[in-house]
Amino acid sequence: MNEDLNMLEQTALNDYKYGFVTDIDTDIIPKGLNEAVVELISKKKNEPEWMLNWRLKAYAHWLKMEEPTWPNVKYPPINYQDIIYYAAPKKKEQLNSLDEVDPELLRTFEKLGISLNEQKRLTGVAVDVVMDSVSIATSFKEQLAEIGVIFCSISEAIQKHPDLVKKYLGSVVPMTDNYFSALNSAVFTDGSFCYIPKGVRCPMELSTYFRINAENSGQFERTLIIAEEESYVSYLEGCTAPMRDENQLHAAVVELVAMKKAEIKYSTVQNWYPGDKDGQGGIYNFVTKRGMCQGDHSKISWTQVETGSAITWKYPSVILKGDHSIGEFYSVAFTNHHQQADTGTKMIHLGKNTRSRIVSKGISAGQSQNSYRGLVRAAKGATNARNYSQCDSLLLGDKCGAHTFPYIEVKNKTAIVEHEATTSKIGEDQLFYCRQRGIDAETAVALIVNGFAKEVMNQLPMEFAIEAQKLLAISMEGSVG
Amino acid sequence: MLSIKNIHANIEGKEILKGINLDIKAGEVHAIMGPNGSGKSTLASVLAGREEYEVTEGEVTFLEKDLLELSTEDRAREGLFLAFQYPVEIPGVSTTNFIKAAVNEKRKYQGEEPLDAVAFLKMMKQKMALVEIDQSLLSRSINEGFSGGEKKRNEVFQMAMLEPKLAILDETDSGLDIDALRIVANGINKLRNENRAILLITHYQRLLDYIQPDFVHVLYNGKIVKSGTKELALELEERGYDFITDEADLAASL
Amino acid sequence: MTNVNYFKDQFEQLQDSAPESTITELRTDGFNTFNKSGLPTLKLEEWKYTNISSLFDKDYQFANAPQQLNADDLDEIRLAGHEAANELVFVNGRFIPALSTIRSAASQLVILPLEEAAKGSHQALVKKHLGQSSVYLKDGIHALNTSFIQDGMFILVPKGQQLEQPVYIYHISDARQQNTLSQPRSLIIVEENAKLQLTETYTTLGTAESFTNEVLEMVVKENAFVEYYKIQHDGLNASQVGSTHIHQVGKSYVHTVVVSLNGGVIRNNLNLVLDAEGNETHLYGLYLLKGNSHVDNHTLVDNKRPNCFSNQLYKGIADDSSTGVFSGRIIVQPDAQKTNAYQSNKNIILSDKATINTKPQLEIFADDVKCSHGCTVGQLDEEALFYLRARGIPKAAAEVLLLEAYAADILAQIKPEALRNHVAELIYEHLSIS
Repeated sequence: MNEDLNMLEQTALNDYKYGFVTDIDTDIIPKGLNEAVVELISKKKNEPEWMLNWRLKAYAHWLKMEEPTWPNVKYPPINYQDIIYYAAPKKKEQLNSLDEVDPELLRTFEKLGISLNEQKRLTGVAVDVVMDSVSIATSFKEQLAEIGVIFCSISEAIQKHPDLVKKYLGSVVPMTDNYFSALNSAVFTDGSFCYIPKGVRCPMELSTYFRINAENSGQFERTLIIAEEESYVSYLEGCTAPMRDENQLHAAVVELVAMKKAEIKYSTVQNWYPGDKDGQGGIYNFVTKRGMCQGDHSKISWTQVETGSAITWKYPSVILKGDHSIGEFYSVAFTNHHQQADTGTKMIHLGKNTRSRIVSKGISAGQSQNSYRGLVRAAKGATNARNYSQCDSLLLGDKCGAHTFPYIEVKNKTAIVEHEATTSKIGEDQLFYCRQRGIDAETAVALIVNGFAKEVMNQLPMEFAIEAQKLLAISMEGSVG
Repeated sequence: MLSIKNIHANIEGKEILKGINLDIKAGEVHAIMGPNGSGKSTLASVLAGREEYEVTEGEVTFLEKDLLELSTEDRAREGLFLAFQYPVEIPGVSTTNFIKAAVNEKRKYQGEEPLDAVAFLKMMKQKMALVEIDQSLLSRSINEGFSGGEKKRNEVFQMAMLEPKLAILDETDSGLDIDALRIVANGINKLRNENRAILLITHYQRLLDYIQPDFVHVLYNGKIVKSGTKELALELEERGYDFITDEADLAASL
Repeated sequence: MTNVNYFKDQFEQLQDSAPESTITELRTDGFNTFNKSGLPTLKLEEWKYTNISSLFDKDYQFANAPQQLNADDLDEIRLAGHEAANELVFVNGRFIPALSTIRSAASQLVILPLEEAAKGSHQALVKKHLGQSSVYLKDGIHALNTSFIQDGMFILVPKGQQLEQPVYIYHISDARQQNTLSQPRSLIIVEENAKLQLTETYTTLGTAESFTNEVLEMVVKENAFVEYYKIQHDGLNASQVGSTHIHQVGKSYVHTVVVSLNGGVIRNNLNLVLDAEGNETHLYGLYLLKGNSHVDNHTLVDNKRPNCFSNQLYKGIADDSSTGVFSGRIIVQPDAQKTNAYQSNKNIILSDKATINTKPQLEIFADDVKCSHGCTVGQLDEEALFYLRARGIPKAAAEVLLLEAYAADILAQIKPEALRNHVAELIYEHLSIS
């Protein structure tokens, strides 16, 4: 039997519980962005010259670009010279094992519910943790290495696997793709790198946990996952940040490459600090995520549960290049108070017999604005392309907004694309029915919202699903008036 | 157990209940009959605490407590159960989880430990047999895509699980074919005992062939105009509501 | 290329010739906007899929109404049921009373040149309502129409007049000599308890290019009833931006059907502003595209008050190298609780060179609403096609049969029988020519 109710009971929490600050020595560089800063970041990371040149090229390009204004979100102009582009917990030497990690850091992650201590871990999940600008530790590395799986920080990959990085970095999201991807390409500091060799089914979930700690800093991580022919990997991503009054920028780029018959399942529980109930503070989450179904019969599946961030701007996408490839996008986006989310996906059908499926559930409460924006394109050569999209919105309260902006572009006469969207509120009858059975209004709303989001929650790996449900329950706190 | 004294209730400014008096003791089965629009379902809604209805006068005591002071959910936790005429669908919420939440909320209210999965499952199995409901129905979303009969059976199943002191069954017979009616009525009969009161609200006498009431009341134009034993129901069946309503209209006009 | 200087000269000439009035003021505002915005390009979100700025390479000219056009010339283009209709004629964007036939009594239907209405007893109405569409249509092409409001038309259906005779508007562009730019402008007021049935159709004479940039504004008052039909079946040399802005200021009923069969680049803006509690609106559209036709239907339903109902169904077929675009926006404002708004867009794509772009949008700021949209892009039902062929019907005929069936539910929304049969015939002919 499913335990969601118990969980809802246990999580009658009031606030963002990840809002603490870790008191730790941090190596930071001065605020501001220029060529010298890009060089400094590269130098701090001891990067080869090709990497520095790549960054500088991206930076030069970024200078020529304009910040996008088309998303349905509003925020004051960002001063890019007022951000710290590199902040790292100080460490003495290269760490040889987890035992050498600063105990304060270990405690931080214990508090976040993430044990870095492998012996203590009951479930087989390998974790890479990234605090501010650097990767702190990666667990289960050796076990994974035995079967040829590379799971490490992107910084380490640049040092140890330069050929792979050179080949794939920027291959799915070109540095010139958009304003934030160009910025990220210039200043990214860390992130995860996964390589699954041919025929290997990765035996455990790979997971990265992102944490912003330093003040006034931005987080620019870069993730690259390559799944060779007939391989499989499930990757999880979680994130939190301290509560601070000012807004912090998070501009990540994630690239996935799936070769013939390979499958990548990418799950995110996004819980960056959303700001307080008056809309003060919170993370600007401007992220570019894209997967390339390079080979025939490959599959990429994005699942996201978005509850955090003051502003979210993100469209995890799939380019369906290989014939018979499959793209999926499952999303729950919950916004409360003054949060704004403009999120959705792009499914670009290029190959023959490609299929995609989009399930988006938006829930708006408080004075928040929640938009779904998606593109489904069937190109000329996408014979027999199929897409089905379902976008539902649920409104809790009369001061919030729910918006749907799907774009559908079809240039092939054998393609079939279907899109459906609905908007509704929780029915008075549904609430009364629950209350007549002795369930109070707040619990009833949580129950109904979880039911609304169930199709997406079911896509998450078990452990993550539980965390996601807890999050939803916490985020909804105070949204029933 | 339940004592209703001179209840008046409005919806959107229109008076529907115009002074209802009714006493129900533990173990008794009362039937409230009446033509459409007489206020039967309003009475059920007022007792369960539906907020659209405004009680303008009168009082209701349930187990020595002022019922009208309690929230909807506290009335439920005190042991008042309403089987809905039109049970609502809640997509994505499994029936089992829903009932588990309800059962444990009630236990919490009464200061008891919540049931663990094993104990709950055991209880479910037992009650399922009692009301002849299929396991597959319970793993589906609440009432979603259920047939009329399945919805009503689900209501009776929830009644069995929640073990109410007072069960109000609002038109539980409506929309049921004869086989479904028999199964639902059997379930209700099995739940009948000396500690539990049942209030049947129905338009037709046929439900009363299966569930024998101790008392029958006729509701008309917001008031109980006639009370009697089960023979009254038979008389209504034979002569129609007219013979009572005409009488009531006459009395009202004098 | 029709450049900005041409418009500037024309604008100055026009303004110089007229004494200052409500209309000249509007023109000035319009021209300022046009100067600032220019013609819309693909960079504008609302013009993402339709390029009209490149059309202006064709060096369109404003043209005066030709002398040689007479009432007999109209016979070619008359719509069925015209014997009992009020027939109003625009030539090159100018309302020509001499070619128009008004059959309703003057007490039932007031039809005046717009300039005249702006001066006389309807002055207040014109001042209040003319130009209201600019609040919603802010682009340069709309402003271009406003810059040149001239020889427009004013229609008033007075209180309580349940007009029996329909109103037909014929838009004729004379492209026999040169590439012609026509900019018709109308203001229509349907007063309390009145009823109006209005149909517009478009014809280009000659083989040069025509561009019609039309703006029609309509105000619908309490308890009024309006049916609006737009039939587009012009030549491939005829392009158009047609904006219809309907403001329901009282609880009223509006029913619209837009049928696009042939044409060059066509953009239809249809705005419904539901500005009174309990409004009801139905929007239907059909586009059956062949050749290089490009038809873009933009609808906007702005729910401003509670308890409004709207339903939209647009269906399209794209064959050959044609492009069909649908963009439907439903806005539910914070005050518009209990809104019910539905929208559906269905498309069939018949050729590998054809394109369908569709963009249904919901923007909802109230919680107690029921809104949905859906859209599909697909093909003819292969099973049905096979079934028909198995019964001995040749493939081409079977396809026409199925396409006709596909169009049938929109056709059925044209309520007057004569007009419906007329459009049915046009559809059949259009589909049968391969």
